Amino acid sequence: MSTHDATAAPPAVGSENYLNCSHGFRSWFFTLDHKRIGVMYLASILSFFLLGGILALLIRTELLTPTRTLMSADDYNKVFTLHGAIMIFLFIIPGIPAALGNFVLPLMLGAKDVALPRLNLASYHLYLIGALIAVLSIVQGGVDAGWTFYAPYSTTTNTAVVTLTFGVFVLGFSSVFTGLNFIVTMHKMRPAGMGWFDMPLMLWALYATSIIQVLATPILGITMVLLIVERVMGIGIFDPALGGDPVLYQHFFWFYSHPAVYIMILPAMGIISEVVSVFSRKHIFGYRAIAYSSIAIAAFSFLVWGHHMFTSGQSELMNMIFSALTFSVSIPSAVKMFNWLSTMYKGSIRFDTPMIYALSFMFLFGIGGLTGLFLGSLATDIHLHDTYFVVAHFHYVMFGGTVIAFLAGLHYWWPKMFGRMYDEKWGRISAIIISVGFNITFFTQFVMGSQGMPRRYYAYVDKFEPYHVISSFGSYLMAAGFFMTAWYLVKSLYRGRPAPANPWGGAAMEWQAASPPVLHNFTEEPVVGDPYDYSNQDYDPAIGGYVLRKPEVSDR
Amino acid sequence: MSKHQEGPAYAHVVPVRTLLGVFGALMFLTVLTYAVTYVDLGALNIWVALGIALVKGTLVALVFMHLLWDRKFYAVVLVSALLCVMIFIGIALLDSGQYQADLIPNFAPGITLRC
Amino acid sequence: MSTPHEGRGEHADPHLQHHFQSMAQQYDSGKFGMWLFLVTEVLLFGGLFCAYAVYRANHPEIFAYAHQFLDKTLGGLNTLVLIVSSLTMAMAVRCAQLGQQRRLKQMLAATLLCACVFLAVKGVEYEHKWKHGLLWGTRYTSQEAAPAAAAAPATEAPAAIAAPADGGTTLPHAAAGPAGLAAEPQTGHGAGAHGGHGPAGPAPRNVHLFFGIYFVMTGLHGIHVLAGMIAIVWLLRRSAAGEFGPEYFAPVDFVGLYWHLVDLIWIFLFPLLYLIH
Repeated sequence: MSTHDATAAPPAVGSENYLNCSHGFRSWFFTLDHKRIGVMYLASILSFFLLGGILALLIRTELLTPTRTLMSADDYNKVFTLHGAIMIFLFIIPGIPAALGNFVLPLMLGAKDVALPRLNLASYHLYLIGALIAVLSIVQGGVDAGWTFYAPYSTTTNTAVVTLTFGVFVLGFSSVFTGLNFIVTMHKMRPAGMGWFDMPLMLWALYATSIIQVLATPILGITMVLLIVERVMGIGIFDPALGGDPVLYQHFFWFYSHPAVYIMILPAMGIISEVVSVFSRKHIFGYRAIAYSSIAIAAFSFLVWGHHMFTSGQSELMNMIFSALTFSVSIPSAVKMFNWLSTMYKGSIRFDTPMIYALSFMFLFGIGGLTGLFLGSLATDIHLHDTYFVVAHFHYVMFGGTVIAFLAGLHYWWPKMFGRMYDEKWGRISAIIISVGFNITFFTQFVMGSQGMPRRYYAYVDKFEPYHVISSFGSYLMAAGFFMTAWYLVKSLYRGRPAPANPWGGAAMEWQAASPPVLHNFTEEPVVGDPYDYSNQDYDPAIGGYVLRKPEVSDR
Repeated sequence: MSKHQEGPAYAHVVPVRTLLGVFGALMFLTVLTYAVTYVDLGALNIWVALGIALVKGTLVALVFMHLLWDRKFYAVVLVSALLCVMIFIGIALLDSGQYQADLIPNFAPGITLRC
Repeated sequence: MSTPHEGRGEHADPHLQHHFQSMAQQYDSGKFGMWLFLVTEVLLFGGLFCAYAVYRANHPEIFAYAHQFLDKTLGGLNTLVLIVSSLTMAMAVRCAQLGQQRRLKQMLAATLLCACVFLAVKGVEYEHKWKHGLLWGTRYTSQEAAPAAAAAPATEAPAAIAAPADGGTTLPHAAAGPAGLAAEPQTGHGAGAHGGHGPAGPAPRNVHLFFGIYFVMTGLHGIHVLAGMIAIVWLLRRSAAGEFGPEYFAPVDFVGLYWHLVDLIWIFLFPLLYLIH
């Protein structure tokens, strides 16, 4: 579908660019160009986001009434499992790094491509194969084990667990290759004059993300292998009936899956660092603190996985250690938050669509992060575990955090990717609708969770019905916002005003390339400078964008 | 990065003598680790075996895998990966040792259907 | 590490890709990528080592008993074979760097041969275990005592071994009530600990767990050997066309790194699985 969207778009400025330099399915599907791979990723993840979103709406609709609304209990189990698995493995994890990151990383470095373009393409093909295998499990009747595939239920249920887990295994390799590629690119392709601390913070965030992808994802791979072997051959390592240890499965799973939530949130924080500075017209506050906090989060992410296991048989000793470590993760996260706020302080803030999403991110991620502390403390977690409080916390961080930041990034780089401006008015309206809908949907879940509504339940006590109804209507509002977004974004591809090279006045190097960039990114050697220094650019009303004030370009 | 008279400009060529020397050491250590199992050292046996394996592994990594002459960063990468594995194994061991007493071997209520 | 390579404007090599400035930069990028890939392999096996460690620490009796079914000598032989293959692979890299085409092909072929020997020996071991039902989980059917063990009065052993074979039938233990359940494994542990020190006592419970771990670990390793063999065949074909030389030897180097890692993992697998005292 990427092929259709993108090739159908007429050349923006009439000149040759990466979108129109060659045509046909093969020129896209076997391209080594990081920009086309990024666009294909974008189209793919958005398709799966649509699928996962439809499943979410099915869940919310089913929960409108305390008993059966439109599907059986078994189908409900399958729907929430698929919603989780698709959103996590097919959408959020590759979402920002593989789609947006692939597109902007070489541009931000002033490079022609990522270091290993063939591996990049292989990563996309693996993603596609893995995604198709995972989706095949729907055809086989679905999976009802939950996206965490906890043993021993996942090894004994007679649904298509093997297919879905094998898909996840393949997707893991795709993720590893993307991360590996990014690390190598940042090490070896930085231009002369750009040291580590001259990189845009988006790149620091992607670097931290990639470290986690490389170090944690293989454990997911081996976990899935063991689970498959367990089911197919009955090897017994996780199966208590055979003397195996199901708690060990949770250690295996969360050793990957906790760092994985930082794979999801770190690049989101990178986007926010870019957007907040650009739309405040102010140098980012505390550059080094933000950069180091990304790495600190990556390091901490490997030490907190046990907080998912407080109530599942983990020993008290480890509970205490993991609880203490969990609290310490909030420090680097808060460092980032305060730096963003300080960046905005006394800035000339422009409320363009990306900025509205960024503000929304800070609000929602703040709530999501702080409620994480409730869950991280041992005593309150006993009460709150496996309730809607957890569901709400997770969605505040993953949706309110990652997806909102993804939308911020998508709108921020959309003109660069397709050379067209979207309708700013509709952008703002739908950004607000999505944020409001989101809060209606998930804030009610905090309330009902704290009152004891367990997650994953099909039928519930009558007293929770009003909350569920409110939550469901919030989700419909959110869906409306998303369809609106899809509508004006697609429309912009055909009718949008041609985008100038630098519509927002960003100072990072990707804005020195044309919109959309040419095949090898830059027509002339880009100038390396401070990515947050806005003093040497002027707004040119004739093109509706910013231009570098050439003579005063410093040669640092 | 090291320069060498012959061969490529940007990589180090390992002399045959070094390779053969390491090979000999590896062979010797394999025989040693085999022989040592016939000596009862109690709980120490596994640590001796692991120690020998570690020495062998280090030799392979340093010489056969060129770490000795390559960028030191590759060694940092490898060591950080090993550290990561250590953390994982260490915590899993610590925890499983603690909750082991609570486990009832082969007790799995509700898991009767195996397919 | 702080600055990338500057292009030195060397003569354009046909192997130089468009987005790199020099062969050195390209080689460095590839090598770094390869090292990161090896790191993921280390972690992949790290998971298995973790499973091994957890079961060995908590059920030492299983390992002390079951390892006697493994053939130390064959395992040792395989270790030596892999070390030889590592040497020939390292020599192959050297030959490629120096442009010694004939010896490069010989060394690669020797490595391939060693890999075949390794898999053949592994096959002999697997076949032996298959014959005797020394398999994983539900497939474990062995009724025989450990090689060194006399027919000791195995009171609990047969039941313990038979139990896993039909999965859920272990439930009757629950009939003993919570107290009985808590007490029961204690005795099992005690017997196991004793068995660990003597030559071989009666089989402890859940011996199949050892074979499960053994087959997963050696099986995954074997798959890696197979993948390495495919890569070496690919190298052989390219070296037959004389593609490698001092200017371009990166593929040989990278496959070499992978091959050494496979060897390195076996260096740890061998004492952990075969040489349990």
